[in-house]
Amino acid sequence: MEPFIHLDGVRKVYRKGKSEFLAISDASFDVMPGELVALVGPSGCGKTTLLKILAGLHPHDAGTVRIGSDAHPFDPSRDVGMVFQQPLLLRWRRILENVLLPTEILGLPAKESRERARGLLALVGLTGFEEKYPYELSGGMQQRAAIARALVHDPKLVLMDEPFGALDALTREKMNLELLRIWKESGKTIVFVTHGISEAVFLGTRVVVLTAGPARMADNFDVALSYPRTLDMKTQEKFGEYTRRIYRLLDME
Amino acid sequence: MEISSDSLRRYSLAVLVHVLLVVAWYLFVKLGDVPKYVMPTPGEAFLALFTGSYGWWQNVAVTGAEIFGGYFLALVIGVGLALLFTWSRWLEELAMPALVSLNMIPKVALGPLIIVWFKYGVWPNTLIAFSIAVFPILLTTARGLREVEPELLDLVKSLRGSRWQLFVKIQLPGALPYIFSGMKVASILAVAGAIVGEFLASDKGLGYLMLQVQVTLDTAAMFMAVILITLIGVLLYGSVLVLERIFVPKDARIA
Repeated sequence: MEPFIHLDGVRKVYRKGKSEFLAISDASFDVMPGELVALVGPSGCGKTTLLKILAGLHPHDAGTVRIGSDAHPFDPSRDVGMVFQQPLLLRWRRILENVLLPTEILGLPAKESRERARGLLALVGLTGFEEKYPYELSGGMQQRAAIARALVHDPKLVLMDEPFGALDALTREKMNLELLRIWKESGKTIVFVTHGISEAVFLGTRVVVLTAGPARMADNFDVALSYPRTLDMKTQEKFGEYTRRIYRLLDME
Repeated sequence: MEISSDSLRRYSLAVLVHVLLVVAWYLFVKLGDVPKYVMPTPGEAFLALFTGSYGWWQNVAVTGAEIFGGYFLALVIGVGLALLFTWSRWLEELAMPALVSLNMIPKVALGPLIIVWFKYGVWPNTLIAFSIAVFPILLTTARGLREVEPELLDLVKSLRGSRWQLFVKIQLPGALPYIFSGMKVASILAVAGAIVGEFLASDKGLGYLMLQVQVTLDTAAMFMAVILITLIGVLLYGSVLVLERIFVPKDARIA
């Protein structure tokens, strides 16, 4: 099968005046359609930069970035959904209206979009909250709404930048399980950026490890743990091997 | 709109405090045996509306027109300029330093100049009210329009949204709390501006009337004039609050 995303030797340098900052180098990996790939690494390893390149927000300086294949065509203007560390819901809009934002920007038909948004709010467990304002929801619930917003225009690729980084540890574990369920039900290709090593192994079909100073890609491996994943998998020997492998690369052992 | 028992309690308390203030005023004058030309009782101040030929309603209309006219002008021009600045970074960088300096001028000090340039009357007083009210609106609106989370910008860009969509769906509604906070400050300043204009030179308005009755020591009429000026200000401020309640959801309001 042809990969959905193909990266080869991707490099990005930020320039400000005469100073240069190497944000990412040597990024080469493939993502198959329907995969959930976790990008893990410390601050400054270029994982957010990579995500922005995939979103088409930043040009890259060298290497190849190819998204889409004959079997899975990709339209950069409407096939990207984004979730950030903060929910970034619009304070003045009700939850349903917040979820609808991308459909308004893309000019999709209103009636179908509303139905779809309601369905997605049900998928993320927010039925009954359609008419609430963001401030009436907890942080975890707001992030669920943000996930629904990222899916509402039916994008092929969902990019998540530390989406659970601002949540407390328990809510975060719960959201991990929820995300796996949503991913299975929606069948989307997801690229998930995190600095949580155990989160990366727990979620990913594959893990790409990035290191800082110099910013480069250090590893890329499949996680041979079956789905549906459960929290007690974290105590399994294999899970520990994967996390140790990442810790070693990040010089934390 | 539902009124909870808590807000009912707060509203009744507010009314009670005002009634108590009037009572305290009355007792102070009565028990202190204060002469009428120093301080009238509330009743005497109220009766001033019906004694003498002061043309109250015409003066109220003039002062009201100056305040509301100057304020409306400040709103249109303040918000308009701020919008212009968000569309042209270059223009903002060029104009902002000058505007910040202009903001530092005590606008009241411009009063005599404005009267030299525009003679005296309703129009120059409206201009003084405008000049004092425009800056808080302009500066807070410009700030509010700038405050867009960069990730929201990314979200719109990733969908190839237009500059106009970003403005209408995110920037402008996001700036509304700021605009209203500037409008509240400006509503108080506009009243002061119009009255200062009337003190400096004019032939009608409540400020003008106060100077007239000062000569005859009709203190009761002066009190009534102050009360009416305050009421015009309260009406303006209240309208802004009502609009804010309609347009800005509760948690987004800035005090």
